[in-house]
Amino acid sequence: MRVDPSAVERASQSGFAAQALHRLGPHTLIVAVGLIVVLLPLVLPSNFYYRVVALVFINALAVLGLNLLMGFAGQVSLGHAGFFGIGAYAVALGPTHLGTSSWLALLGGVAIAGLLAFVVGRPILRLKGYYLAVATLGMGLLIAMVFSNETAITNGPNGMPVPRLELFGWRLSGPVTWYWISGVSLVLGTWVAVNLIASPTGRALRAIHDSELAAGVLGIDVARYKLLAFVLSATYGALAGSYYALFDGFVTPDAAGFLRSIEFVVMAVLGGLGSILGSIVGAAILIILPQALTVFHDYEHIVLGLIMIVFMIFLPNGIVPSLQARLRRRRT
Amino acid sequence: MSELLQFAFSGLTTGSIYALVALGFTLIYNASDVVNFAQGEFVMLGGMVTVFAAAAGFPLPLAALFAVVVAVAVGLLLHRLAIEPARGASAVTLIIITIGASILMRGLAAVIFDKNFHSLPPFAGSQPWQIGGAALLPQSMIVLLGSCIIVCGLWAFLTHTLMGKAMLATAANRLAARLVGINTSAVVGLSFAISAAIGAVGGILAAPITLTNYDVGTLLALKGFAAAMLGGMGHPLGAVAGGLLLGLLEAFGAGFVSSQYKDAIAFLVILAVLFAMPQGLFGKGAVERV
Repeated sequence: MRVDPSAVERASQSGFAAQALHRLGPHTLIVAVGLIVVLLPLVLPSNFYYRVVALVFINALAVLGLNLLMGFAGQVSLGHAGFFGIGAYAVALGPTHLGTSSWLALLGGVAIAGLLAFVVGRPILRLKGYYLAVATLGMGLLIAMVFSNETAITNGPNGMPVPRLELFGWRLSGPVTWYWISGVSLVLGTWVAVNLIASPTGRALRAIHDSELAAGVLGIDVARYKLLAFVLSATYGALAGSYYALFDGFVTPDAAGFLRSIEFVVMAVLGGLGSILGSIVGAAILIILPQALTVFHDYEHIVLGLIMIVFMIFLPNGIVPSLQARLRRRRT
Repeated sequence: MSELLQFAFSGLTTGSIYALVALGFTLIYNASDVVNFAQGEFVMLGGMVTVFAAAAGFPLPLAALFAVVVAVAVGLLLHRLAIEPARGASAVTLIIITIGASILMRGLAAVIFDKNFHSLPPFAGSQPWQIGGAALLPQSMIVLLGSCIIVCGLWAFLTHTLMGKAMLATAANRLAARLVGINTSAVVGLSFAISAAIGAVGGILAAPITLTNYDVGTLLALKGFAAAMLGGMGHPLGAVAGGLLLGLLEAFGAGFVSSQYKDAIAFLVILAVLFAMPQGLFGKGAVERV
């Protein structure tokens, strides 16, 4: 019988994180994120910074969903951007072609993404490892292909404009407005995630992550909980996608593309799978770094690839869990 | 009838390239249980390096040889710097490393070369042969023959040389291979080198027909993986059969159903194979140890 060393390390790692979290109380994280959102405007000098941070929050929301699936339920998804794209195109297509309000389109996008995840999830989640990765990758690519090819509806690779969100006649646009919308949504998303993880459902997910077989033996309905995690991650992704499209005012098939899916995965893994704070940290690094490196725009892919390789070799658990482990070791 | 034949020719040509990529996947997977998502980049390197070396003044055969050497070097670097240090890591980690390597190679190619499409002059003239009402480019024949030679050469290497048998042994059971004195790390490195060489040659042969570009690697890797899975992951013959079959499916799908969603066919194939027969055409059913 072969013992998988990475699984043992992962189990002990979740032990550290769980213990640290337990000591502080699970709701400390929500308060911390809330404080960050509320206090950050005090140090942001200009609209440009608001814009960057708003993008960080939006991506963090998507990555949070992915983390629920990858970090807590232990599945792999290389097609998360597909749901992001569905949310983005829903708020573009709904008002433009069906005449619905943007709010309805937003809800519709989330619902469609959730439904798709529900329908596709059952057969796909029976797979494991590389097969699951490639199946989700294929799903994401198919979604992106549909957006790219149906030129009559979506204007193809050139993209289409997105009507702005309106609330009682007041247009919700501009970096500051979206900073608050995405920040508050992120706090709410964190609240949902923290409560989910602390609940019996969350424990079931973690059990499935550690050993699907053992979880099944204990009477946990593995397929149902995996599907739940998948659908939940899809709704987070679609919501983030809608925000992204409404914020930008424009959407292209890249929103659902392969590279975006990989970026989400890198953000999740960089920050630390199984760590909610890690999702935000990972999103922050990957959004802020290209902004800092705009001079080296051509080298963006090179830097991304290098980050992926180097971090996976030296810090496979991600930044936040590794820091937590270090702090714990220093304490003892 | 001639239409069918035309689709068949085009399908077999692209299918040969997919077969070579799938073969590369299989070699590495067999030796090390790693799925190398950077496989498509070797094909890209083969084409792009040849184009730029030829433009720099080297005669075409020398440029092609140089391209293969570069690809092999890159393959060995990938193994030494990215895969070896992460040995024993989880599947997710390895996936991210190899995808990261593929993105890195793509980024480097975009910077070192350029983002345009390039072509090579056909090796045997550009006058298509008329067979049964369908046109067959001489280059297509070269691709098919070249792939055949590579597959046969690889088979001969694996079954008749000591090093090849060492590779088969490592694939069968890594621990047992080490116990009989096989340097498994060197074998894995060799598998990377051979996969890179195969991919590069495929890229060089196909460049006159399909054009080459810094971006071709990604989709090729995915289709090659689809082909490998179709044939049965880890089965060399299956990889070749899967590649040809995928090429044919794509050609007929593009011809009869929709040419816009040509690329979708590969992914639909993946999904179908995963759900209906996960072990592929030639693979045995996987036994999961509890």
